[in-house]
Amino acid sequence: MRKATTVRIGAIAATAALALAACGGGDSGTSSGSATDAGGFKVPDLTQLDKLGSPEGKVSVLAWPGYVEDGSNDPKVDWVSDFEKESGCQVTVKTFGTSDEAVKLMRTGQYDVVSASGDATLRLIAAGDVEPMNTALVPNYADIFESLKNKPWNSVRGQMYGIPHGRGANLLMYNTDKVKPAPDSWSLVWDKAGAQKGKLTAYDSPIYIADAALYLMATQPDLGIKDPYALDEKQLAAAVDLLKSQKENVSEYWSDYLKEIQAFKAGSVTAGTSWQVIANVAKAEKAPVEAVLPKEGSTGWSDTWMLSAKSKSKTCGYKFIDHIVSPKANAAIAEYFGEAPANKKACAETADKNHCTTFHAEDEDYFSKVHFWNTPITACLDGRTDVKCTDYAQWTKAWTELRNS
Amino acid sequence: MKRRSSLGALLGPPLLWLVVAYLGALASIFVTAFFTTDTFTNAVVPGFSLDNFRELFKPAYLHIIGRTIGIAAAVTVLCILIAVPFGFFMARVVPRRWQSVAVAAVMVPLWASYLVKAYAWRAMLQQGGVLDSAFGGTPGFGFAAVILTLTYLWLPYMILPVYTGFERMPESHLEASADLGGRPWMTFRRILMPALLPSVVAGTIFTFSLSLGDYIAVSIVGGKLQMLGTAVLQNYTLNLPFAAALGSVSALIMLLYLTAVRRTGALDNL
Repeated sequence: MRKATTVRIGAIAATAALALAACGGGDSGTSSGSATDAGGFKVPDLTQLDKLGSPEGKVSVLAWPGYVEDGSNDPKVDWVSDFEKESGCQVTVKTFGTSDEAVKLMRTGQYDVVSASGDATLRLIAAGDVEPMNTALVPNYADIFESLKNKPWNSVRGQMYGIPHGRGANLLMYNTDKVKPAPDSWSLVWDKAGAQKGKLTAYDSPIYIADAALYLMATQPDLGIKDPYALDEKQLAAAVDLLKSQKENVSEYWSDYLKEIQAFKAGSVTAGTSWQVIANVAKAEKAPVEAVLPKEGSTGWSDTWMLSAKSKSKTCGYKFIDHIVSPKANAAIAEYFGEAPANKKACAETADKNHCTTFHAEDEDYFSKVHFWNTPITACLDGRTDVKCTDYAQWTKAWTELRNS
Repeated sequence: MKRRSSLGALLGPPLLWLVVAYLGALASIFVTAFFTTDTFTNAVVPGFSLDNFRELFKPAYLHIIGRTIGIAAAVTVLCILIAVPFGFFMARVVPRRWQSVAVAAVMVPLWASYLVKAYAWRAMLQQGGVLDSAFGGTPGFGFAAVILTLTYLWLPYMILPVYTGFERMPESHLEASADLGGRPWMTFRRILMPALLPSVVAGTIFTFSLSLGDYIAVSIVGGKLQMLGTAVLQNYTLNLPFAAALGSVSALIMLLYLTAVRRTGALDNL
């Protein structure tokens, strides 16, 4: 008996050593490369494609739900099938619910292109998961709004790492039967959360801390929050306290948009953060909901299509990205998802001619009030130099502790 | 010599599978728990650090470990309480020719998809659902809902060994007890229980370990409740090494549980 135990332990130790060796060997590739320092992180030395080859026949897409519809969810909603016929690139889509999930999935190397929000883009660039993009190979890039080009979240030192897709704001969704009068403030899910008695929902990602910070920015000026993604330790603690008090009235956290729709339909949730597309689908399924942009402004997203550095279908990847930001497709997505398109010419292609006005496609003033998802880093994004800010790792820790407490 | 090589050929592949797929996976989880992540990119950085294990001792995670063990234990106890009378009924009361039908009836839910059953419970538990309209109230999503759903899901794994235990028990033992003046309760405690213990223990290994690792049913009916499984899932995207450390905890709990079960000797006469 005793001998058998020793042998068993030996076997486990040997396997562990093997696993260690295997892991050590595999990961070293990504960290090497040139050390260009840009905004506190190193950019791996990757080169952009200089010309397109012949289409590889398939392209694997990682996207936010509602971005790449091929008619399988709703036969009327399809801006992919025609592209497949014309380009000869078969499109497969995998959707994700949070930027963290997108980063994780992208790192497997199984996907060719991704629609990344601002809190994922730099992480992907810094880890060498995505490669610089040759905008000359994307004819529709010329029609993208100038205000979306060369932004800190989609470029490094003047080199674009993707093609802008569109932008929008996270909205406050509520049950029109249960929440009266119609809310115009985020206080519904924060200070006045008690009125919903355990029927709130919130977004299940550390980035949701920024929503609490945004509310504190409007209601507690003493804290001195200027940018919800630049929080020092005291400000982060205040935001986490607010989230803790909210949690008592949270029924469920959501990251799967279908789950949020179901919860609103069933009435187990009456208010919470949401996207326009969720409100649209829920309304189509006869749920009594409405979504508004509260007076405090909101967090939001500005998304970028990026190409995997490990992709074996780069030509199809480029062709797909060019198609998805083309006026017609970009307009269709912008209307379906409920966001502002990135392509100027898309505004003429929307079914609702007022779409671009409604979603403020050209209204830079409006978007100055929308705080796009961004990755918090130790160097304060609001320009403060007298204090160290909390980075995303700290946000992650705070968030997991909050969720697990 | 020839016999030995054919024996090797017979045992080699399964042994390789066991070592590489099972122990290898466990070992790599354990090793990953010592790694760290890049604070900016979240990418896994190989190295050696005890931080992830230190983090486990924070109150939030001690709570979650305690809560998970509590839920798994509650599910196990509920399963025993239901399965023992149920198994007795199947083995001793149901006429012999109907017994296979009873066994099939217990097995049928296992054929349905796990997800369908979990979502069915979600529909039943929600406000305005079946529980609400039939009993005028529902526990809602959370602690009670998770225990209820997991008990439902894992019950067949407890009933089957208990039923087999009752079935294997010779009728003569019960008769002998009655002949010697044993009242029903005495017979149950002194004859049935000891004979049944190995079956119950075998059942608890299923119900306890399946509850311990579950994350899907928890995320469907648990509301904001977190268990070890959902915490692993959450950290899987955010901090893989810490997810591995959390995963090691459930492996450790199971290891301790199995050791404890072995100590009782209940597995020896199974």
